[in-house]
Amino acid sequence: MTDALPHFALALPEIALAVGALTLILIGAIVGDKATSLINGLAVALIALAGVLVAVAPVDHGPSFGGGFTADAFARFMKILAYVAAVAALSLSFDYMRREKFARYEYAVLVVLSTLGMSLMISASDLISLYLGLELQSLALYVIAAIHRDDIRSTEAGLKYFVLGALSSGMLLYGASLVYGTTGAVGFADIAAALKDGHASLGLVFGIVFLLAGFAFKISAVPFHMWTPDVYEGAPTPITAFFASAAKVAAVAMFVRVVTEAFPTVTQEWRQVVVFVAIASMALGAFAAIGQRNLKRLMAYSSIGHMGYVLVGLAAGTPEGVRGVAVYSAIYVAMTLGAFACILSMRVGDKYVESIDDLAGLSRTKPAMAFVLAMILFSLAGIPPLAGFFAKFYVFYAAVNAGLYPLAVIGFVLSVVGAFYYLRIVKIIYFDEPTVEFAPMTGAAKVVLTLAGGFTLLYFIYPAPLTAAAATAAQSLF
Amino acid sequence: MVNFIVSCVLWAKFDFNAAGFQFVEQADWLGGAITYKMGVDGISTPFVILTAFLMPFCILASWRSITHRVKEYMIAFLVLETLMIGVFCALDLVLFYLLFEAGLIPMFLIIGIWGGKRRVYASFKFFLYTLLGSLLMLVGILAMYGYAGTTDIQHILTQTKFPAEMQTWLWLGFFASFAVKMPMWPVHTWLPDAHVEAPTAGSVILAGILLKMGGYGFLRFSLPMFPLASEYFAPMVFALSVVAIIYTSLVALMQEDIKKLIAYSSVAHMGFVTMGIFTLNPQGVQGAVFQMVSHGIVSGALFLCVGVVYDRMHTREIKAFGGLVNVMPWYAFAFLVFTMANVGLPGTSGFVGEFLTLMGAFGANTWVAFFATTGVVLSAAYALWLYRRVVFGEITKPELHGIADLNRREIVLLAPLVILTVLFGVWPAPILDMSAASVDGILSSAQAAIDAAGKTAEAVK
Repeated sequence: MTDALPHFALALPEIALAVGALTLILIGAIVGDKATSLINGLAVALIALAGVLVAVAPVDHGPSFGGGFTADAFARFMKILAYVAAVAALSLSFDYMRREKFARYEYAVLVVLSTLGMSLMISASDLISLYLGLELQSLALYVIAAIHRDDIRSTEAGLKYFVLGALSSGMLLYGASLVYGTTGAVGFADIAAALKDGHASLGLVFGIVFLLAGFAFKISAVPFHMWTPDVYEGAPTPITAFFASAAKVAAVAMFVRVVTEAFPTVTQEWRQVVVFVAIASMALGAFAAIGQRNLKRLMAYSSIGHMGYVLVGLAAGTPEGVRGVAVYSAIYVAMTLGAFACILSMRVGDKYVESIDDLAGLSRTKPAMAFVLAMILFSLAGIPPLAGFFAKFYVFYAAVNAGLYPLAVIGFVLSVVGAFYYLRIVKIIYFDEPTVEFAPMTGAAKVVLTLAGGFTLLYFIYPAPLTAAAATAAQSLF
Repeated sequence: MVNFIVSCVLWAKFDFNAAGFQFVEQADWLGGAITYKMGVDGISTPFVILTAFLMPFCILASWRSITHRVKEYMIAFLVLETLMIGVFCALDLVLFYLLFEAGLIPMFLIIGIWGGKRRVYASFKFFLYTLLGSLLMLVGILAMYGYAGTTDIQHILTQTKFPAEMQTWLWLGFFASFAVKMPMWPVHTWLPDAHVEAPTAGSVILAGILLKMGGYGFLRFSLPMFPLASEYFAPMVFALSVVAIIYTSLVALMQEDIKKLIAYSSVAHMGFVTMGIFTLNPQGVQGAVFQMVSHGIVSGALFLCVGVVYDRMHTREIKAFGGLVNVMPWYAFAFLVFTMANVGLPGTSGFVGEFLTLMGAFGANTWVAFFATTGVVLSAAYALWLYRRVVFGEITKPELHGIADLNRREIVLLAPLVILTVLFGVWPAPILDMSAASVDGILSSAQAAIDAAGKTAEAVK
């Protein structure tokens, strides 16, 4: 398994990101804040370059770097998703930061570094490299959350995220050590080999539960969701978009890879946890969002709910389930980015607003934006023929096929509850009278919204490529 | 101006519909790509024609009464029409579900933006009720997909036999959806709200076509795909239908809002439809198909009639009217025809449907027929009483003196409906012939499945 020399070509995107990030920070250190826009542009180009490298890199190669790094079809799918999300979130932020007067070159560098962390998380195929990737990503994210340091909400968000995030990392590490202690292995394939007989000792079960708790925190699933609404609301909006899209994709990918590659023989042990977490997340996401007045908080609860649906696919534990997870992640990223592009366009004069009531009568003042936002909301609610329906369709198909009927029925009923609060926003947009008029959209927001909205609205016409790619990705894990 | 341009586009579209229908009638089945499969048979064709037929009336009816956001209104209606026709043509389960559900979005907006005072409440109730029912159907569809390995309706109809226990659950899942859509008692409560708050054209579409999706679903899926479960649950459906017929007729008697009264009468009439479908004999099922088409025309026309007076007086209270025959003779005549059809007077289309379903019910269960017939009496009571209060009597309200009779647009609107109502009443053959072959096909295969199951049960004994 261990090559004399690691297969560097596999990790080319990560190497590019790492070298690029260091170069950018050098430019910044030499030139200073004057170079901010140059570095911003270079950072976007860098992540895009990494995306291209991922797309052309070979995929049919086994683990490399001593078994700690895998670049399979699943990694490719999820990495491209994470890069797309990172590029979109990054381009949404420049204008925002200029207006809010905290444009600094470190921001783009940190985003690149955390994207590198995500990339490593997605590709990690042993517990140690997984933890390294996770920490690289998280540390960068803690700083980004607090980057608007004169703003008390941003600072609070950063601190909260750091304290709770460190706790969850600790739990994850503890779980990893228990797994190592009972199986004597850290590589996912080795763990699976050690558990071939399907017998799970008590220590292993403890380890799995602690690992899952750490993952649940990272994807903000109930009962480890408490940080999400506060951090989402407090962090500057484009950074929230980054958390909600790219960071979620990476965490989901890591979750899926660990349970399917390391614990395929002890499905029962993790499935009950995943089912519980899924139901609790869907329920909390649906009910808690009803009372929210702040759009960003609402998006936080909505993302909790959506993570519940993603876990429904994972709970099936089959290739179809993982396919569902991959499709769901892709569609979720598009919908989330679209929604955040809209939130970032809610600007009265020079001031950003984020209350739901500010959207009143948007269909009169900005009909195009209102229409796209309404379609994204219907899609988030899972109404066909929009993309969100297909996302739910694939995960629930997997669940039903795996015999998890009660989970599917509960999920559907909760999605009706969830539909209520999305509908409420549509109602405010279309049925109410306008109160304020928003300033014109920025170019980046327009591009992101058009792409995301177009994808959401038109996905049903030609869904085959994404589904096929997701199926290939899922197959590579089994 | 915008209105005019959009309507022109609309007319062009209708030509296309008519052409499409003829073409399909020759080809009988229209295939497509694997998952995108469309086509019509004897059951869906009447509904496709009905949809295309009612749509221009809706547009005409909205000519004056919709004054703001006309462009969006027309877009919503066109999208809705496309989706409804799609539902009746879809030959793939997922495609069917997709179109079935997607219709919610435009209807939600139509009720919510152009509706009456309590429109927000009504639109939410409509949306969430229907969504809940449909999602249970989706679980069923997913399970069927898993079992049969395909969602091709034709394939499932001919090749796949679901085990009896599975049928029961699938039937219940589909029933949840169609019963809400139909709507059957006791999940009908969204309908009066939605009807009352929707603009006139919205009510026409709701009563005329959206309700028919439920009945169509029963015929297309529940009967042929789950014959054993259909037989098993038929008594329950009978009970619910009879309750619906009698209870909602009584409720209709007490209504003070004309639209609400018609809405409740719709629920009662849909009770006849469900009863007819689950008699599992040709008279009942054909009667149900006919009743649905006839009800689509008649209740749509009744809502148009209400719209006519609402546009003039801006109220729907029965008390606000009286003696309209003195000032609006043409209107009184049209309203009379539709009221009679609603009652089921021989010679109108309402009679044929009710008679056939009752005949079917009589063959299946005498008591069901007995109770359902009392519903006919009750429907005469509420409809005639409504007519007396609105149209006959002396004009007591001074503001009614100046009310104008039907203008040319409204005559154009109502005349074809009057003619069709009477025509189908005396000559129902077009619809019955069209659906006869398909209905027989469904019933014979269902009966074969039931017989086969009976034999296996005996063999086990």
